[in-house]
Order: sequence, then C-alpha cells, then structure tokens
Amino acid sequence: MIDLSPSDWIAIRLSLKLGFYTTVILLAFGTPLAWWLASGRSPLRTAVQTVVALPIVLPPTVLGFYLLILLGPRGWIGGTLEAMGFTHLAFTFPGILIGSIFYSLPFAVQPLFQAFTALGRRHVEVAASLGAGPIDRFFTVILPLTRGGFIVAATLSFAHTLGEFGAILMIGGSIPGRTKVLSILIYDHAEAMNYAAAHQLSLILLVFAFIVLFTVYAVNRRFDTVRP
Amino acid sequence: MNLEVTARVHYGAFTLDVNDIFPLQGVTALFGRSGCGKTTLLRVIAGLERPRGARVRYGDQTWQGDTKFIPLARRRIGLVFQEDSLLPHRTVRGNLEYGYKRTPPNQRRLHLTDVCDLLGIRDLLDRRVDRISGGQRQRVALGRALLCSPQLLLLDEPLAALDTQTKREIMPFLTRLSREARVPILLVTHVPDEVERLADRVAFMHDGRVERVEALHDALTRSDSPLFDQEGPVSVLEGILSAPDEEGLCRFVCDGMTLRVPDPGGTRDSGLQRLRIRGRDVILAVEDPKGISVVNHLPVTIETVHPGPRGECLVITRLSNGQALLAQITTSSLRRLGLVAGSRCIALVKSLALHQPADVLPVSPVETVPRP
Repeated sequence: MIDLSPSDWIAIRLSLKLGFYTTVILLAFGTPLAWWLASGRSPLRTAVQTVVALPIVLPPTVLGFYLLILLGPRGWIGGTLEAMGFTHLAFTFPGILIGSIFYSLPFAVQPLFQAFTALGRRHVEVAASLGAGPIDRFFTVILPLTRGGFIVAATLSFAHTLGEFGAILMIGGSIPGRTKVLSILIYDHAEAMNYAAAHQLSLILLVFAFIVLFTVYAVNRRFDTVRP
Repeated sequence: MNLEVTARVHYGAFTLDVNDIFPLQGVTALFGRSGCGKTTLLRVIAGLERPRGARVRYGDQTWQGDTKFIPLARRRIGLVFQEDSLLPHRTVRGNLEYGYKRTPPNQRRLHLTDVCDLLGIRDLLDRRVDRISGGQRQRVALGRALLCSPQLLLLDEPLAALDTQTKREIMPFLTRLSREARVPILLVTHVPDEVERLADRVAFMHDGRVERVEALHDALTRSDSPLFDQEGPVSVLEGILSAPDEEGLCRFVCDGMTLRVPDPGGTRDSGLQRLRIRGRDVILAVEDPKGISVVNHLPVTIETVHPGPRGECLVITRLSNGQALLAQITTSSLRRLGLVAGSRCIALVKSLALHQPADVLPVSPVETVPRP
C-alpha cells in the first residue's frame, strides 16, 4: 500500500529535521517577543506586530525571493559571510531554516501573544512580590498557566513548516538531502507524472495536518474549560 | 520606619506627583477617591512602575534611586490585590508555600502553622483555590504574603471585591494580622469605614497628590475631614470589651469610662477594640435625663462647634477620659440649649445604635494612639 522509496525517506527525515529546528528556535525567540508584544509599552509594538504577521498575507515566494537576495552570494548577509570566509546561505539547509523561521513566525508568536494577554500581569507581579526572579517566574507561573498557548504554538509552527513550499523552493531549490523537503518532493513527483509516489506522500501530509489541527483545537477547548 | 517617595508619573491627563515621607507603623491607610492615584503610588512603591527620576527609600534601604533599582522580587514586600490573585495551578498549600520557599531561612519569621492559625485557613490547605470562597481566597492571599516574612505589606483595596458579609468576616483578620505579625501595612482604600476600623494613620490623596498624612484621631477630629464626606462624622473609641452580662450587653471600657453595647458575637479578642459611633446617633442633653431608654449617658465637654450647610452642625466634644466624641445635631437645637464651646453636657448614645457586629472590632495597638 504505502511503499516509500529511499529518496522519500530522505525528504521525510529532512522535513522533520527542519520542522524540529524551526519549532525549537521559534519557541526560544518567539516567547520573549510575544511577551514583549503582550506587556510592553513601546510605541514600536504595532510595527513589530505587523512585521510578524506579514508572512500570513504575503505570497511565500515574496519572502523566499527577498531572503534569496539577502542570503545569496551577493546579498548583504550572504556576501558578508563569503567575505569572512564562510559560504553564503542560498540553497543550503541553514538557508531554508532561516526561511521557515520567518515563514512560521506568526504561527508561534500569535498563540503565545494571546496566551500571555489572557494571563495578564497579576499572577506574575504576585510571584515577583513573593520573591521569584524572572526565570523562576517563567517556569513556575507563566509556563504552567499558558501551557495551552505553548502547545498550540509548537504544533502550529511544526506543521506549518512541514507545509512550506514556495519560500523553500525560492531560497533552497531542490537539492536532495539538503533542501528537498517533502512538499518539494511531491511537486517533483507530480511533475514527473509519478502520481502514485506523489499521492502517498500527500496522504501522509494530509493525515498529519489533520492530526495536528485536531490536537490544537482539542487543546484549546480543554484549556478553555479548565481555566476559570 | 519611614517610607520616602518622590515620583512624577504621567498617564494621559493624569499626573501623579508625590514627594512625601510616610511614617509606617501599624496600619497606614492611603485614602482617596477612585482615580486619585492611590494604586499608581502603590505600584511605584512596589517597583511595578518605574518612573524616570523617581526615588523610593524604605528605612535605610534605597529601593529606587538615580542609579539603583531593586526589583520587587528582592524588596521583600507582601502584595495583596483587590481581585483574586491566587495561582490557579497550585493548591492553597502550594500558594502559601510559594513565597515561603523563596525566603532565605534566616529571614523567615512566620511559619505555615502560625499563619494558618492567625487567618483560620488550616482546614483549607489541600483544597484547590477555585473550590474555596472569595473571603477564604483573600485570607489565603494575605497568608501567602505574610509567609515571605515581608518588611512591608501593601494591600490594594483587599476588601473591595467582597460582599458586606465577607468583609466583616475578613476585617478582624486584618487587624489581628497587623497586630500579631508586626509588619507595617499600607492599605489602599476609598471606604471611610475601612479607615476608621483599621488604620492608625491616614494619608489623604487627591488628584495625584498626597494632601496630608495624619494620625487617625487627628483626622477624626477635624470637621472638614474627607473621611466624613460620605457617611457623616464618626468617632472611634478604643477600649476593652467584656463578656456579655445577664442582660446580654457587653461592657466597653475605655480609660475608666464604660459604655454598654450589644454583644458583637464571633470570636472575642482580648486586646484593645475599636468602637465606632456615628455622630448622628449621639444626642446631647444639658442635664442627665431620667426616664429615658437610652443606656449610655456620658458626661462631655464641648470643644468646638462647626455649623454645616444644611441646618446641622458638628459638635466636637471630649469625654472625661480625653477621647473625642462627635455629635451631629441641628443648629436650632444647639441654639435652643445654649451650647457653646466649653459647655458641659451629657452625650446619650443608644446601645442599639452600636448593634452592628462589625462596629466593635479589635484594634491594632502596634502604635498607641496619641491622646490629647
């Protein structure tokens, strides 16, 4: 029934690796960013929030195009790296990793932002008055009370990264084992009229996406009813 | 212990402009209308607002200065908010122990069992915080703040979200707390009643400024006291309450003078109690009347008379023991009886005018109230 070729497995492994790295990095950077957006008073907040949300409305190719220009051999970042003796980032795994971080940023930041906004400041202030420092407060108050937000942010970032196509194609091309992720392999299979191979991979992604969204909605509901 | 605060905070049209020294022993009430800046001032003191150029000093510690800022977590302040602030993912015990565990052992002065007994929350320890009543939650919040052995307790309208019955249930705990835990308390409130029952000192706030800081008894013998704006003049007497006699009345003895009051019920505290007498419940007579149902006949000397705008006047009198008793009578009666400053007369107080249980309350004697 499902009969995956070695190149399918390489792409699956690459997609999972990309999703995992993206999710970890997004949670690490997205958490302080979402906290700042939810509780800061800086006038810059609206601008930052807009930038974070841009990938939702932009065609992924636009994002991929600018990243290609930026990270490529003549780009500001890629060129600097070349000048320092490194290689530029176009058509590399770090390149598509950077692409998916930007591409999935809103899916990590939005749920966290909402969770932090719903949490409010009170519990955190109380914990501070009880002698808890910032790290302590994060792990003993913020994280347990916004678990749902973190679960949603992590699953959505991961799933959204797996579903990424346009941005990766622009910046990463289609190099097996380096940038040829599942979604691109499906495209390649379909282009080569290999519908059976494209179908089984598509089905895997479809089922996976269903499970992820189901989890997200189930988590949301559970935390809605548990929270007073 | 003095608290010195200098701060200017602007929020839109509102400006907090404070440059004051608050002596903090016992309970100090921060009193003013909603929106006058009480909570903002409290947040500056706690370090939750960090206005540029502000200075906050507590005793010999600088909490905020030009180059220094000690975060709330290291100020050792107990905070209790108006609304429920218990951590919902912890049990009552988990909440109580949160601060205790983060207090260095050599600074712990209060322990779980003491605080549970003080606040009557021993039976709640293993309950979830959403399974206890609002009053119980507020007591747990007080206990949690106490268990980090704070050097200052900041209470931001801790009774405002509670119904009248629950307020009465909590008030005695608040007074007992300030007395037994020996922690200075800064209590934000806009309710005169809470000030009269709980405070030793009042800081009056208006439009973002502190207008004056004075002892409660001074605030209660000034005819223009903001405390009288809502419910009229009130006197607060301090004394010892005895057990009810065979007629069901208790003796309230203050400095050799005795009033008979109804049994307030509840647990009886052995220490000093406060008795709150509304000025409009006091009758003045030029001679001691016979054949009258009023139980309490108190000889007083009129100190000052302040005519009010609606045909009434406030008469400030002194009892034989020097405590002030305020009477509100009509100017017409005053004139008819020929009462002037210096006149001696009899103040009559109906026992049952003092019938509400919470009118008799334990008082915190951390600082003895200055007598004139």
